[in-house]
Amino acid sequence: MTRLTRPHFRRCALVWLALLFSPLAQAVPLSIAQLMAGLAKHPQGAATFTETKTISILEQPIESSGELLFIAPARLEKRTLKPKPETMVLDGGTLTLERGRRKHVLQLKDYPEVAGMIESIRATLAGDLQALEQVYHLALDGGQERWTLVLTPLDPKVSAVIARIRMEGGRNVVRSVEILQADGDRSLMTIEQQATP
Amino acid sequence: MIHPRRRGLAAIMLWLIFLLACVVVISRTHFTTDLSAFLPRSPTPEQQLLMDQLQDGLASRLILVGIEGADAPTRARLSRQVAQRLRADPTFVSVNNGEPVNSERDRALLFDNRYLLSPAVTPGRFSADGLHAALSDSIDLLASPAGLLVKSLLPRDPTGEMLQLLEQLDSGTQPKLVEGAWASRDGTRALLLMQTHAAGGDTDAQQFAMAAIRQAFDQALDQTPGATASAQLVMTGPGVFSVTSRDTIKRQVTRLSIISLALIATLLLLVYRSFSALALGLLPVVSGALAGIAAVSLGFGAVHGITLGFGTALIGEAVDYSIYLFVQSEQNRADHQNWIKRFWPTIRLGVLTSIAGFASLLLSGFPGLAQLGLYAIAGLIAAATVTRFVLPSLLPANFRIHDLSAVGLTLSRVVQGAAALRWPAAIVVLAACAIVVNNRASLWDDTIASLSPVSQADVELDTRLRADMGAPDVRYLVVVSGANQESVLRAAERVSTLLQTLVEQGELAGFESPSHYLPSLATQRARQASLPPRPVLETHLAQAVQGLPVRAQLFTPFLADAAVARSQRLLQASDLQQTSMAMAVDALLIQQHGQWRALLPLTAPEGGSIDAEPIRAALSAIPDVLFVDMKAESDRLYSGYLREAIALSLGGLVAIVALLLVVFRSPMRVLRIIAPLAAAVVTVTAGLSLFGQQMIILHLVGLLLVAAVGSNYALFFDRPDPRTPILPRTLASMLFASLTTVAGFGLLAFSDVSILQALGVTVAPGVILALFYAAVFARQADAGSSHA
Repeated sequence: MTRLTRPHFRRCALVWLALLFSPLAQAVPLSIAQLMAGLAKHPQGAATFTETKTISILEQPIESSGELLFIAPARLEKRTLKPKPETMVLDGGTLTLERGRRKHVLQLKDYPEVAGMIESIRATLAGDLQALEQVYHLALDGGQERWTLVLTPLDPKVSAVIARIRMEGGRNVVRSVEILQADGDRSLMTIEQQATP
Repeated sequence: MIHPRRRGLAAIMLWLIFLLACVVVISRTHFTTDLSAFLPRSPTPEQQLLMDQLQDGLASRLILVGIEGADAPTRARLSRQVAQRLRADPTFVSVNNGEPVNSERDRALLFDNRYLLSPAVTPGRFSADGLHAALSDSIDLLASPAGLLVKSLLPRDPTGEMLQLLEQLDSGTQPKLVEGAWASRDGTRALLLMQTHAAGGDTDAQQFAMAAIRQAFDQALDQTPGATASAQLVMTGPGVFSVTSRDTIKRQVTRLSIISLALIATLLLLVYRSFSALALGLLPVVSGALAGIAAVSLGFGAVHGITLGFGTALIGEAVDYSIYLFVQSEQNRADHQNWIKRFWPTIRLGVLTSIAGFASLLLSGFPGLAQLGLYAIAGLIAAATVTRFVLPSLLPANFRIHDLSAVGLTLSRVVQGAAALRWPAAIVVLAACAIVVNNRASLWDDTIASLSPVSQADVELDTRLRADMGAPDVRYLVVVSGANQESVLRAAERVSTLLQTLVEQGELAGFESPSHYLPSLATQRARQASLPPRPVLETHLAQAVQGLPVRAQLFTPFLADAAVARSQRLLQASDLQQTSMAMAVDALLIQQHGQWRALLPLTAPEGGSIDAEPIRAALSAIPDVLFVDMKAESDRLYSGYLREAIALSLGGLVAIVALLLVVFRSPMRVLRIIAPLAAAVVTVTAGLSLFGQQMIILHLVGLLLVAAVGSNYALFFDRPDPRTPILPRTLASMLFASLTTVAGFGLLAFSDVSILQALGVTVAPGVILALFYAAVFARQADAGSSHA
């Protein structure tokens, strides 16, 4: 499979050109506050995702894919299309899972480990620094065009499950989320922004 | 001269013995204010179930508590402290506020017994193909956001039985958590849901539980500085309703009887200007009240608070007899004997017509109504008998009341002029008839809620808290009966299978069953038998993992657990103790009167209601199964009462007419007596309709009373020869009698208890109107002669 399809290549080229011709972007390191402010500018976004989970008890990684929709400040929808259709909607403190005919409504507070994982993505998309800092220690690396944000849980209840979350992105967009669990299991979600009309 | 006196002494002796007997009976009487008065005497199975549910069903034991005011963290803290205190209190089976109290124990119980509890456990489940399908599902689930939750369970529970159970038990809607405690949707109120040990019908125990909640709240407040001023506690639930309505009825009946007695006493004192006359005049009243209570107590085993409320109003009627005696007789002893000759037959007839009217109520299947009927009959007979046989002998030789001839003469002139009002009165009656006919569809309120003594504000609070809580309203129930626990659980499982297909068809949103938590022993054994022996299971598993990204070795813990489960001790009700499941089983599996019952509450699809027919049809194949719509059942019960009461009242009217026909043998004369009563009844009904008050069963009782009381007036105005004028004294006595009746019943009109208020607004204006119409339509001496 060729990963470098034409539009992708073109976008990369554009990024490359931008990097060449804007010395400022390279020179000034990005602060967390800046990054968050930039992310907060996008009140809404739709994307597709591919997620690969590597679980020790399984012989091979399992892959799933679908769509992501974020509506600031508090709504995040993850619609998995493969391998089985499934919807997860996080709205405020309520998490709704729909799988087949079954529907579960959970209060995020009751499941700190799940909450930690989901909140990291939502708060990052919303550019909500305060919410992130309540749960994680943050470390940012890189510049405006290519940054890496590493979240380490503060709450021992959460860190018993999640070792760290690593997000990568460029400009004001999150490109991937990698979650490393305490037991060594990993999941990597890559996000493709959909062109905003 | 000696004989009458000796007879009088004998009457006094008998009377005293009678009073003593009444007092003895009353001292042993049980007074109630609960729902018993509204429940039928010979119920159908559905009604019996309704009664049981109202009195001690699951819903009846729930108390919903709200904490308002202060700020969210304070409310949540108060909620946790109240809950902590009450969890240690044996008054409560459970106290829920969203804190995960039982969840550890619940999970352990479910997990350890998953192969006995899960409905997915069938022989096919553990074949190679079944395992393959279940494993594929579990692996798919690992990829989902919920995967994190199931990952650790996979090696021991690869077929996902635990998840099956959690899904089945997840009742769906729960209030949201704010600061770790349940809160209303708008976040302004912390919520708790408690279940009492005692039945909702046990008002004393419910009152005790309410006091415990209040005390726990006050103690929590003391430990929360700053919250004292603003935080407050609200409670609702069937038990709370029965406590508050008992308080309301008790308070109102006490207050009303004191005020009405004071009012009537003042009125009589003004008229008689004699304390001894007042005291003597009240003797028939007291005798009547005692006789009424004693009779109801003997007849029904208990006296309802509402009957007492009615009784206080009847004071105003019972006092009439002594008024007639005192005012109508001349001022000497001989004349009391004369009064007995001249007026007693008329009064006796009045009493008889009243009895004829009320006797019909005795036939009512509605115990509340039958109690009123019995009270009225016993009370009126006693009051009239005491007036006739005892009172004259008790009057002192120099007994004298204020001379009322001036009032009587004025009244005579007024009555003579009343004839001029015939046409206007006729027009009013015609208009009233038109209004009644026109509004006939909306005259009656046939919902049972109209009888409830609970105030509108309390009902609204209840609705709000219930909506916040998503509390079960237990409207639709399937009930399975049987001789023992096992047979009932087996039948419940059969019903569950049928209901599950209805859920899948979308007829139902869901249902509960005790067999979800405690399967029948037969089912548990069958599930155990579904698990193959370890070597067989191992072979199946090895085949099942082919083509899946897992190794069979991973599931060694599963093989061990399955081997244990094969010979595991079966789950008993006692194993559930200290878990949330115990609460459900207690509520849904009931042993009563040596019979077992399983209740399966159904949940209607969102925004819809349940269509009874497909459910009844589906269940018809299973014996001893009943589907009940509690709300429809209770409304049907009440509208049944209402229809019955209307029929009985008409029957009473027929009885009155028949009695008068037998006595007078003149249809015209009977018509003349009945006409003012009918006019009064129609006018009052039209008036109620005009004021937008829909009639309930107690309005009907009121109308019957109007007819009963009014019949006395009509009889006095009725003379075979219109040229004999009505004595001024007779007129005065009627005026005073109607005033006391109005005073007695008029007060009820100001009561907050709808059933007492209904009596008041009907009887007070009705009695005045009856007197008015009787005077206006009476035969006039001059009119009679001019026509002749």
